[in-house]
Amino acid sequence: MPIRFFSYLLLLFFIAGPVADAAHGQKRPGRQGTYALTNARIVPVTSSAIENGTVLVRSDTIAALGTDVTVPSDAEVIDASGLTVYPGLFDGGTRLGLVEVGSLDETRDFSEIGELTPQMKALTAVNPNSVNIPVTRVNGVTTVLTAPTGGLFPGTAALIDLHGYTPSQMHQSGVELIVLDFPSTGRRGRWDQRSNEEIEKAAKKAMDKLNETWDEAELYARIDSARAATDRSTQDMEYVPAMNALAGVVKGDMPLLVRASKAADIEAALEWADERGLTDQIVLSGAAEGWRVAEKIADANVPVIAGPVLSVPTRDSDRYDKPYRNAALLHDAGVQVALRTGDAENVRNLPFHAGFAAAYGMSKDDALAAITIEPARIFGVDDRLGSLEVGKQANLFVTDGDPFETKTKVRHLFIQGYKIPMESRHTKLYNEFLNRNPGVQE
Amino acid sequence: MYDVSARARAMLAVLLTTFFLGSPAHAQSDKLRANAPDDWLITNATVITVTGETLENTDILVRDGTIDEIGSDLSAPGGTETYDASGMFVMPGIIDAHSHIAVSSVNEATAPVTAEVGVGDVINPYDVNLYRALAGGVTTSHLMHGSANVIGGRNETIKHRYGQTDPDALRMDGAPRTIKFALGENPTRVHGEGNDVVPRTRMGVERVIRDALTKARRYAAEKEAYENGDAPAPPPHSEKMEVLADILAGEVLVQCHSYRADEILMLMQVFDDFGVENFTFHHVNEGFKVAPELAKHNAGASVFSDWWAYKFEVYYSTAYNAAILTDNGVTTSINSDSPELNRHLYHEAAKAQKYGGLTDQEALSLITINPAKQLGIDDRVGSIEVGKDADLAIFDAHPLSVYAVAQRTYVDGVVRFDRENDPDDMRLRLDPEASVESAFDWSETGTRHGRCLQDVGRYSSQGTTFWQSGR
Repeated sequence: MPIRFFSYLLLLFFIAGPVADAAHGQKRPGRQGTYALTNARIVPVTSSAIENGTVLVRSDTIAALGTDVTVPSDAEVIDASGLTVYPGLFDGGTRLGLVEVGSLDETRDFSEIGELTPQMKALTAVNPNSVNIPVTRVNGVTTVLTAPTGGLFPGTAALIDLHGYTPSQMHQSGVELIVLDFPSTGRRGRWDQRSNEEIEKAAKKAMDKLNETWDEAELYARIDSARAATDRSTQDMEYVPAMNALAGVVKGDMPLLVRASKAADIEAALEWADERGLTDQIVLSGAAEGWRVAEKIADANVPVIAGPVLSVPTRDSDRYDKPYRNAALLHDAGVQVALRTGDAENVRNLPFHAGFAAAYGMSKDDALAAITIEPARIFGVDDRLGSLEVGKQANLFVTDGDPFETKTKVRHLFIQGYKIPMESRHTKLYNEFLNRNPGVQE
Repeated sequence: MYDVSARARAMLAVLLTTFFLGSPAHAQSDKLRANAPDDWLITNATVITVTGETLENTDILVRDGTIDEIGSDLSAPGGTETYDASGMFVMPGIIDAHSHIAVSSVNEATAPVTAEVGVGDVINPYDVNLYRALAGGVTTSHLMHGSANVIGGRNETIKHRYGQTDPDALRMDGAPRTIKFALGENPTRVHGEGNDVVPRTRMGVERVIRDALTKARRYAAEKEAYENGDAPAPPPHSEKMEVLADILAGEVLVQCHSYRADEILMLMQVFDDFGVENFTFHHVNEGFKVAPELAKHNAGASVFSDWWAYKFEVYYSTAYNAAILTDNGVTTSINSDSPELNRHLYHEAAKAQKYGGLTDQEALSLITINPAKQLGIDDRVGSIEVGKDADLAIFDAHPLSVYAVAQRTYVDGVVRFDRENDPDDMRLRLDPEASVESAFDWSETGTRHGRCLQDVGRYSSQGTTFWQSGR
């Protein structure tokens, strides 16, 4: 019998291996089912940690969780002794899926032509098979907001899970936000040689354009509402795509993601939103100098997606660690804070952005919340995501240690209940080339 | 009597003047740390020597900027400043093998070969990035010419003596001369596509190098013939040929920007043919594919921990690069090429534990002794050993932990960063003419990394594309 068993194993090795390899193009697919993660330390984020517990995943949902969970007979048991289960990490601002190779225009789908393109939808351009996606998720990042850039209104950002074969399979709870790149009075980098006057002039021009556009959008929305209330409601308005897209925000149906980083620009954005009656609808993103105006942001009760944490100060005179401390200072001032990497290919570093925020003054719990439950709350999906709770979607990962610590490894990963293979281009190249065969030619 | 006394007073005045204009004049050029001691007794630390064992509860005695003694219960001469490093970790000052901070121009992007220029001529000691790097434990940076040219300019190895306003005071005296080479997309785009001159392809890149080195070999031979009396006149002096000839003579170390495995193999073959040894590939994202060949050539590899996909030649990358190279016996370092990464190279090194499981010593070697070897300065820096320069970084946790915060950084025994005592604004020069200080808002531009192609845009036909994507 042992021999027969061994032969069977061999047969599996020779047949199942190649067959499994041949069955997928770029990556092994995930698999839904019933999984029991047992003997685990569980960090639900919204409640205190549980030692020696079980997380039961059934289909796409967390079916049970705690120390007294009965493991059903059909469950695949994963012994998580010595390991810890966390809710999937959530990056509040990326370009993930919208760009494959940074320098190649052919693959840069995050910036459309024009200043006013709010009708452009990031979700349309998300490539579910981007090589960047497995590279990102094997580090525990399961959900991101991916957003377009360029111009004043570059389009709508979309909330996506990092698993699925179509954008709609990835799309999380239908969340989309209109993006406003608020007119900036900052320099765009060291090479930006414009004089202060030129920068002011450009910002003023952009501000005028913003106000003019918003006046039009309000008018458009008012006429549209009036038309809908009359017996001529079957008649179409003149089709103006940008106005059509902005009408959702004007009418209060849609949130507005406002990106601003310089202190003066943040203040201007808050004032602008206040004048337009949009304060309740806006989410501030970036906010590199948020710490400078933290009280004002707190007073306005506007949530902030801060980051990237790993960045240099905005001004030469600022203390070297201000970017690391920004999130903590905002949090201390009473601002609701989530974090973002602002990245595409290295969104996987999200836990390190949180780790640096924690090293420089944020509590570890708050830093973890800033990449789990807080972004979920800010985007209105905390009924589904951001913590480990019964009934929530099974987006979670299992580590051998503190998820912020650099050397910690992710052992298991679930997105929408799919058990995701822990592989990516990077792991595959490692496996192929660590001990290359043939080696060096003698 | 009166005359003599007057003369004595005059002499005393001269002596005093000499004294104050002499040594303190030197101190006056140090705007932050003038007269700061370079003798220290650092006590009760966990000392990560990198080249040897990690020592618990250990003291380090620094005298005249040099590590004088390492041991327990060391005593120092009276008056020596003591720093109680209980609960802290001391590691060798971090070395960044690839940086473009503190230079006022980066690329001489006007020809495929510009060996005659050097960034040592444009050191800007006022760049606050020098201080920000110190705040991340960095004590030495290799300031490089950019990657626009196949054979770019000479580089400069400096110490982060931030506070010194004389550019020459930053140079690391005795460090070997080095030069920047660049393969692949950057030179082919700048010269071939941008200006319609060879190289437009990787074939062209090889020819540019072979042709330049062949000319240099002939130049050196003609010079030697004249010196031996075998020729009536020397060749017309060429600064470019002088530098290239020194590469052939092994006196200038090549530091080569590179990405793909094929171009890496190409350059090693070229160097085999010209007898050039002791060179380092930078970025080298596909180094992992030819790790055995790199090891066989004793070539160094200076990589990013995880940057990739920002251009096509780094699409087939892996964050496990440093680990694969290390495990294959290649002397490997992790560099920044960026004022941002430069501040947390200790964290970048730690990623080699996540990606490939390197030991603490292997990971820390990536940012200390290994870059020192690649730059030819490992007899002076890169580890904590008696007799070496007292370049030390002190962290409140193990430097491979994400929670580690640098507390103090010493360069030549002088405290150049002190988290507890430094004021918020550490700029050396304030510009009274500037009405409002610039605030940089680049977060949405996708340009926060890499400066290898700085200064190139204005010369090329593709303009801003280079700014936004070049590395």
